[in-house]
Amino acid sequence: MDVRSQVSMVFHLDKCIGCHTCSIACKNIWTDRKGAEYMWWNNVETKPGTGYPTKWENQDIYKGGWEKNGDTVSLKGAGKFKGLKNIFHNPHMPVLDDYYEPWTYKYQDLFTAPEGNDQPTATAVSLVTGEHMDVQSGPNWDDDMGGSIDYARQDVNLQKLSSAEQEAMFQLERMTFHYLPRICNHCLNPACVASCPSGALYKRGEDGIVLINQERCRAWRMCVTACPYKKSYYNWNTGKSEKCVLCYPRLESGQAPACFHSCVGRIRYLGVMLYDADKIEAAAAAPDDQLVNAQMDIYLDPFDPEVIKQAKLNGIADSTITAAQNSPVYKFVKVWKLALPLHPEFRTLPNLFYVPALLPTMATVADGVYNTTSKSLWNGVESNRLPMKYLASLFSAGNTGQVVDVMKRLMAVRLHRRGVTVGDLNAAEISSAMNEVNMDKETADAIFRLTALATFDERFVIPPAHREESIEMLENTADVKGNTGFGFKETPARGL
Amino acid sequence: MTNLLLFVVLPYAALAIFLVGSIYRYKNKGFTVSSISSQFLEGRKLFIGSQPFHWGLFFLFFGHLIAFLFPRAIIAWNGQPVRLLILEITAFAFGLSACLGLIMLVYRRLTTRRVQMVTSKMDVVVFLVLLTQIISGLLVAYHSRWGSSWFAAFLSPYLRSIFVFDPQIDAISSVNSLSLKVHVISAFLLIGLIPFTRFIHFLVYPVDYLWRSYQQVIWNWPRRHIRVSRAHSEGHKSKNN
Repeated sequence: MDVRSQVSMVFHLDKCIGCHTCSIACKNIWTDRKGAEYMWWNNVETKPGTGYPTKWENQDIYKGGWEKNGDTVSLKGAGKFKGLKNIFHNPHMPVLDDYYEPWTYKYQDLFTAPEGNDQPTATAVSLVTGEHMDVQSGPNWDDDMGGSIDYARQDVNLQKLSSAEQEAMFQLERMTFHYLPRICNHCLNPACVASCPSGALYKRGEDGIVLINQERCRAWRMCVTACPYKKSYYNWNTGKSEKCVLCYPRLESGQAPACFHSCVGRIRYLGVMLYDADKIEAAAAAPDDQLVNAQMDIYLDPFDPEVIKQAKLNGIADSTITAAQNSPVYKFVKVWKLALPLHPEFRTLPNLFYVPALLPTMATVADGVYNTTSKSLWNGVESNRLPMKYLASLFSAGNTGQVVDVMKRLMAVRLHRRGVTVGDLNAAEISSAMNEVNMDKETADAIFRLTALATFDERFVIPPAHREESIEMLENTADVKGNTGFGFKETPARGL
Repeated sequence: MTNLLLFVVLPYAALAIFLVGSIYRYKNKGFTVSSISSQFLEGRKLFIGSQPFHWGLFFLFFGHLIAFLFPRAIIAWNGQPVRLLILEITAFAFGLSACLGLIMLVYRRLTTRRVQMVTSKMDVVVFLVLLTQIISGLLVAYHSRWGSSWFAAFLSPYLRSIFVFDPQIDAISSVNSLSLKVHVISAFLLIGLIPFTRFIHFLVYPVDYLWRSYQQVIWNWPRRHIRVSRAHSEGHKSKNN
């Protein structure tokens, strides 16, 4: 057993209101620079939809992630042979137009335009060329377009559905959408790290954050291809790739990452997971329908004395073990089994888990009358507006049973709380829903509390980074007393 | 005098600048060491240009290197006319592919607005040196045929004399092929330009990727080492506390 700690995340999709505040918080801190304007380390997509970059989930186009290769996995579009072969031109790399051309407006024209018959306007100019441009697309161009032909119906996940099921999904009275906020998953088996020919990408041992060493990156661009979530971005100005850093400078000083901190719907949770690094390869190579379970087996019980002993042997700080025991992510993912990874079939073992949205159940149309009454409250999980097959394509590599199980647990919590706060439900109905998923009232109340009432400190259990120690290991701190900071500085200037 | 300047001073200056400059840039300006690819801004024309250009140069470089390091082997190979012909035609084909690729890349720079935005003055120098180098090389190959044989007998000794610090320039300065002289001079110019241009990227071609393991983990605080380390020592206490 090789115990390591990983800072993991849960996004509760039922609570996401699609306000993009997370994206803006991130943009203002990290990517408001020349060459990085088009990057959205955090973005919010509408599902069903094509996402950003367009159709990123379709690995027939982008060749991201891993594919099963016997007992192990191999990179789909990169790797030692393919990477070095394609180093002069990477055939599967998305280009600027697959994202969008970043632009701004010539606001000065509003003031300097000569007097005329028309109102002066601020026209769009490209942030790449500085020339006038017609805006063709943007980072959230499919925002709220849940039923549209151009976006929703191009969703790659629909391929798993029969055409009849697809048609049913897009009937007016069934049409629906929900949001999917995405950041880097800081995977346990990161394809970006494996694909980097110059070894610039690495996973931090202490907290599992995946970073790109800007001094070692040589712009071979393989990480952009290899990341199946397209969360590694190429800075066209500096000639270096960049990605979400999980705000590690904030984490190290005990603050939540900016997108977590600013989340209006409070959908985000962050905490430590202890995992067994010896099991990574086997879990990544599990058959499709067992992928989620195999990944869940990697994460260890932080209360188990044997795990604690091995963790200490591996040098994991006591404070980190305590953080793992209080981790909201551990509760959502392992204890309550409510959260699932996004596209586990990419086999990168992502550490960002989603509680699927328990969407309003369907109404029916009979004789042209829109009928919202149902036999029971919310009408059961199976008549959800989004077909379970669709959700399974997103969150469980097609294992529908797994998604249905999560939905039933969420529904049991809802029915239980309805019983507590309103009391209009038949007690037998509640207890049968609870019994079906083996949930007791205490658990349901705890889920309710962490979902709806959790405070800042309950949502973000950040392990102390002990920066005081780490600095002392590298430098004699007193030698630089009174100086401005540690380390080196270099202007991020483009090479010649 | 001119010959001394061009075939002794220039090579040594170029090699010295190359060595010192590249090491300095790698060590102190690591951020600027990059291939600064522009595929992200334009991919189609890059494919048509970059692939033949790079693969052409790749094989030509190793061809030149082998001819320099193992001249006897090359001469022995060329002992039969058929093999000489095969070698010459292959080398010329790679030269042509590099040349056509480069012309495509120049055309791409000139016509793509987005790529122009990331074109520096040194990129223009790079294109000029490369065009000179490749076109002069093709002219040499066409006019002074069977270069694979006379290179080994005639240029290899000159190059070796440079590297053993005993420059012999009689042979090279007495040739009357202008294109050959230009080819040699621009080659040394190219080497001298490496630290100041994007040429630096071929020094960091990632061969070590072949033997490294796929996943990389870096520990900032090797606690395990620190707590149970046999190599633990007291260290030096700072002077001001």
